[in-house]
Amino acid sequence: MPRRVLSILGFTMIPALISSVTVVANNNARPAASAAAPATDAVARGKYLVQFGSCNDCHTPFRLGPKGPEPDMARQLSGHPSALVLPPPPALNGAWVWAGAGTNTAFAGPWGISYTANLTPDKETGLGNWTEEQFLMALRSGRHEGKGRPILPPMPWKFVGSLTDDDLKAVFAYLRSIPAVSNKVPSPVDPPEDTKAEAKQ
Amino acid sequence: MTRGWVAAVLALMLAASGVVRTRAAQPRPAAVEAAVQPPLPGPPGRLPDRLPDRLSETGLYLPGTLTVDPRNRAFSPQYPLWTDGARKARWIRLPAGSRIVARDADAWEFPVGTRLWKEFAFDGRRVETRMLWRATAAGWTYASYVWNDAQTEATLAPADGQADVVEVAPGRRHSVPSRQDCRACHENGGSNVLGFSALQLSPDRDAGAPHGEALQPGMITLRTLVDEHLIDAAPGLFARAPRIPGDARTRSALGYLSANCGHCHNPQSTAATVRFPLRMPAYASAAQVDEVIDGLAARTTKWDLPHSVPGTTSVLKPGVPDLSALVVRMRSRRPSSQMPPLGTTVADRDAIDLVSAWIDDLDRRERVHGAAQ
Repeated sequence: MPRRVLSILGFTMIPALISSVTVVANNNARPAASAAAPATDAVARGKYLVQFGSCNDCHTPFRLGPKGPEPDMARQLSGHPSALVLPPPPALNGAWVWAGAGTNTAFAGPWGISYTANLTPDKETGLGNWTEEQFLMALRSGRHEGKGRPILPPMPWKFVGSLTDDDLKAVFAYLRSIPAVSNKVPSPVDPPEDTKAEAKQ
Repeated sequence: MTRGWVAAVLALMLAASGVVRTRAAQPRPAAVEAAVQPPLPGPPGRLPDRLPDRLSETGLYLPGTLTVDPRNRAFSPQYPLWTDGARKARWIRLPAGSRIVARDADAWEFPVGTRLWKEFAFDGRRVETRMLWRATAAGWTYASYVWNDAQTEATLAPADGQADVVEVAPGRRHSVPSRQDCRACHENGGSNVLGFSALQLSPDRDAGAPHGEALQPGMITLRTLVDEHLIDAAPGLFARAPRIPGDARTRSALGYLSANCGHCHNPQSTAATVRFPLRMPAYASAAQVDEVIDGLAARTTKWDLPHSVPGTTSVLKPGVPDLSALVVRMRSRRPSSQMPPLGTTVADRDAIDLVSAWIDDLDRRERVHGAAQ
């Protein structure tokens, strides 16, 4: 299969998969005949949404298990491990425009290098100091803490942000209930700067 | 009898020609206006479900024209927000008979019904006009209207904004912000109105402010608000024109940082990580200015300079702009580093030069302080 086709498939299928998962999650906000939502309270519902949203696939580092890479649940949702210092990403060109680390917690592309965030309630390195409102604003606006830099690819914030307020609050409640993991995720790395742009006056 | 008929016919002719409308539209203090707000949707006490579809329906212009309704008073903040070189025009309308309440010099409460508009033009063409509207006591509503090619009307932008509406530099395009982005800046501690404050409207304007605009006839200032009783404040509160103390460069640099950074970087910010004291009050003392500078120099940021040891980057390093996160991030227009993080795609060179020179100066200040101790 040509490289271009592979790339297009990758770019279209991942968001589509995430999108479909989100739609399923949304549909489960209402009673469904085939798959009743297991939630009886916000934390349980949040857990259910996090599982369906595949949040662990990127925010929990992978380790190599007997059958291949699998999420290391001892470090559940703690983001890119601070101890794992990666070499520079491979050169990307043509149809191959982004790359991912083996842990599935670091990604390189036209946006620079992004690392998945620590979503545990650790106060220094996770979401421990975030408010529920900040969490909702971040996922609605696509901005860090709802105000700052853009949340970078491949985080599908638009799909997650399409959940209802109640569902996002449930996700936040669940994330506050999991064990805190102290893990300072590195800051994202920018692509090279173009310093020549001047505003028209 | 004949004289009466002549007068009546003359009055009808004047009305038809628009002369009467023109006379009736002469500027008058808002406090004595008849209450004429276009009907807009939304039950009281709750933010409106729907916004006007067109700018012409918001009350900015006289009906059927592009002439600004004289009840909308033009103003110009002395420290403008940088938007990639956009030319801006701004207006405010207070509901008839209402006043701003100034609990103190920096805490202004605007009456329900207040509207502000800001027009953005690039290359002499209007691109968007934003409206900030205190529709109900429940809060503020944000909208942006995008101008058509014929420059005859602007239509409501989607809630998610509108990307890349006009090129502002080679390869850089201006985007209309989403309403969430409006909230990011306007709902971050303090007043929701950012460019209309005692410091910004001071008649003692800073000639060194980057991209400062000259006051035009008819523009209102803090003095106008006091003289026309459009603001309720303790007697004498605004007796002196607000001014940031210090030398000219300190004044201009802190004024610029206050207007361009202080809406997020202030002690009341909803984001704990960005509570730097960059929002300047109307009447700071010289000691408060020193405290701000010392506070910035003492802080490290979560953002790290490239190739630095994590956690060691200073917000401001006196004498070394290149090692001051504040300047490095002002220079950047890369997604993870640029400051401000939204609303601009081209760095503000005039401001970077000013703030860099100011940080250079601070080195001398530090040495003088050190020698004095």
